[in-house]
Amino acid sequence: MKRFALATASSLAVLASTSVMAEPQAEVLHWWTSGGEAKSVAVLQEEFAANGGTWTDMPVAGGGGDAAMTALRARVLSGNAPTAVQLKGPAIQEWYEEGVLADISNVAEAEGWDKVLPASIAAHMKCEGTWCAAPVNVHRVDWIWANADVLAANGIEMPTTWDEFNAAAEKLQAAGVIPLAHGGQAWQDATVFETVVLGLGGPEFYKKALVELDPEALTSDTMVKVFDQMRTLRGFVDENFSGRDWNLATAMVMNGEAAFQIMGDWAKGEFLAAGKEPGKDFLCASTPGDGYLYNVDSFAMFDVEGDDKRAGQELLAKLIVAPKFQEVFNLNKGSIPARTDVALDKFDMCAKISAEDMATSSENGSLLPSYAHGMALRGAQAGAITDVVTAHFNSDMSSQEAVQQLADAVANSY
Amino acid sequence: MSEWLENHLPKVVLAPSFIAVLIFVYGFIGWTAWVSLTRSKLLPKYEIKGFVQYERLFDSPRWDTAINNLYIFGALFIVIAMVLGLALAILLDQKIRVEGFIRTIYLYPMALSMIVTGTAWKWILNPGLGIESTVRGWGFENFTFDWLVNPDFAIYTIVMAAVWQSSGFVMALFLAGLRSVDGEIIKAAQVDGIPTWRIYTAIIIPSMAPIFLSAFIVLAHLAIKSFDLVIALTGGGPGYATDLPATYMYAMAFSRGDIGQAAASAMIMMLVVFAIVVPYLYSELRAKND
Repeated sequence: MKRFALATASSLAVLASTSVMAEPQAEVLHWWTSGGEAKSVAVLQEEFAANGGTWTDMPVAGGGGDAAMTALRARVLSGNAPTAVQLKGPAIQEWYEEGVLADISNVAEAEGWDKVLPASIAAHMKCEGTWCAAPVNVHRVDWIWANADVLAANGIEMPTTWDEFNAAAEKLQAAGVIPLAHGGQAWQDATVFETVVLGLGGPEFYKKALVELDPEALTSDTMVKVFDQMRTLRGFVDENFSGRDWNLATAMVMNGEAAFQIMGDWAKGEFLAAGKEPGKDFLCASTPGDGYLYNVDSFAMFDVEGDDKRAGQELLAKLIVAPKFQEVFNLNKGSIPARTDVALDKFDMCAKISAEDMATSSENGSLLPSYAHGMALRGAQAGAITDVVTAHFNSDMSSQEAVQQLADAVANSY
Repeated sequence: MSEWLENHLPKVVLAPSFIAVLIFVYGFIGWTAWVSLTRSKLLPKYEIKGFVQYERLFDSPRWDTAINNLYIFGALFIVIAMVLGLALAILLDQKIRVEGFIRTIYLYPMALSMIVTGTAWKWILNPGLGIESTVRGWGFENFTFDWLVNPDFAIYTIVMAAVWQSSGFVMALFLAGLRSVDGEIIKAAQVDGIPTWRIYTAIIIPSMAPIFLSAFIVLAHLAIKSFDLVIALTGGGPGYATDLPATYMYAMAFSRGDIGQAAASAMIMMLVVFAIVVPYLYSELRAKND
């Protein structure tokens, strides 16, 4: 009863504030279909319904979003775009250039998004100055996870430089432990690669090389060193790593078969689901070096016809960025809220580190988009880099050759 | 009226499927050819920009790997499957007991989908789970069989799985061919005291030429459009060492939003198919005209 009253009151408030009389409608295309993710979307769905909206769910599973993008393409070409679509990074700009995104600046300005979102994340949500997407969460990519017992047994501290990491890994290898749990899939190779670029080159270099694609940075000596380090890391993974899924690699760290894993904070969900405690059973730290690589999920708003749909779009945008949803959703998903003013009391210690680092790196300009997770570059360019990274990691290609191929591949990708 | 119908009924009945084929096969081949000449990225665009996509394609080391893999995979797969299939068929043709049972066993892999075959072989070939760890478990500590995770050899594991899947089918084709050879000729040869291997090489196999051709055509198109086996067995890895043109095209079209590049690779794949099929069609048509 109380809930009903609350719902009525809040829906009245929405009706009053947007002064649109039509009932809000939203059709939402997303690919959050697995356990924890589906639960997280259900939160949004409930909240939307409680505010008087009608939610049409359009989950398209498969291929890490590939299937959903194919569905989206068909819908847009037939002139019937969904209200909101799970999109991220430069893909938002790409769709904007096709002329199919809506302008939700009035919601963003009324809600003061500019004040609560870190500037570099807010930039992804804007299309030529107008707001066209709403951020849901922030995943940090440059994490290194470790088995606390294995480190203690071998007298190893969490490494803070790549040299320390290499020394620790050699020690572990001598002790018969696999130093680095890794899955040989192209995107996982790319994930490790970008953390090495950030660690060895620093934030400035990362930005030049993997965001601006500066040919000089791509062929620089630093990049050669990065590939050298990748070759070193190749020696620290077990011989059976090819094609392994990331969560199996996480399991290897969990059961002490391996010591470290470099992976985004979705790996934390695996540890927590297995009943492990952060700080006690497993350790989390940023990968060696400064900076913060983010992977922000967001919903892009598509141009739709009809007052009911537009009202639904505005309501959806408002709810997504509102503190309540940001808290509940991210507790479920293992990421942290995109807005910086949400209380973090209920979050675990790794999430708190992540939020703290996000705030400081946002101030000193080292809050950077992850290239491996489609935040920094468009599909064709990111894919071209990944091809070279994974070819180098899985063969005996020399670092000089890799650097040359990298520059060629990027030039050839336009 | 009824006379008109009688004369035109075949055309009327065929017209809908003819039109459907015209639009959905040839129409879309034309559409793909058009798109391959544009700068299409996320959505198709129709402004012709020349052959940039083909230049990009031939500059790409990944496409090089994909095409080379197609040659290696196609040649080995077709030759090995045909030789094995023929050998099995000849052995089965020796009037052995329980032939029907054995034939079913060899034919059975064909009933599996490529995804199942790929997944099973992935486990068999995985160094930590399959053959390598089993043999090491027997005490041969130095035994290595890591083709699946070795970029230089991974493509051969795909050949193995594909041959395993298809050679039974080729055997069935050849067995039917062997049985269709005129028994009188064979008996006459036996009466003349010609050794069995000579009967096979000089009489039976040459008379099966059409079966070889159909087996080749079936296997060749299986090889060129191979996709699911690669996805299930290696996922294109290690790195992109086992990419085939079909997986390349899929990656470009659906993962990278590079539709122009995908269209260009699809056109090249079609040309490879043409290079095989056109001579076949030509020889067929010429035979009829003679």
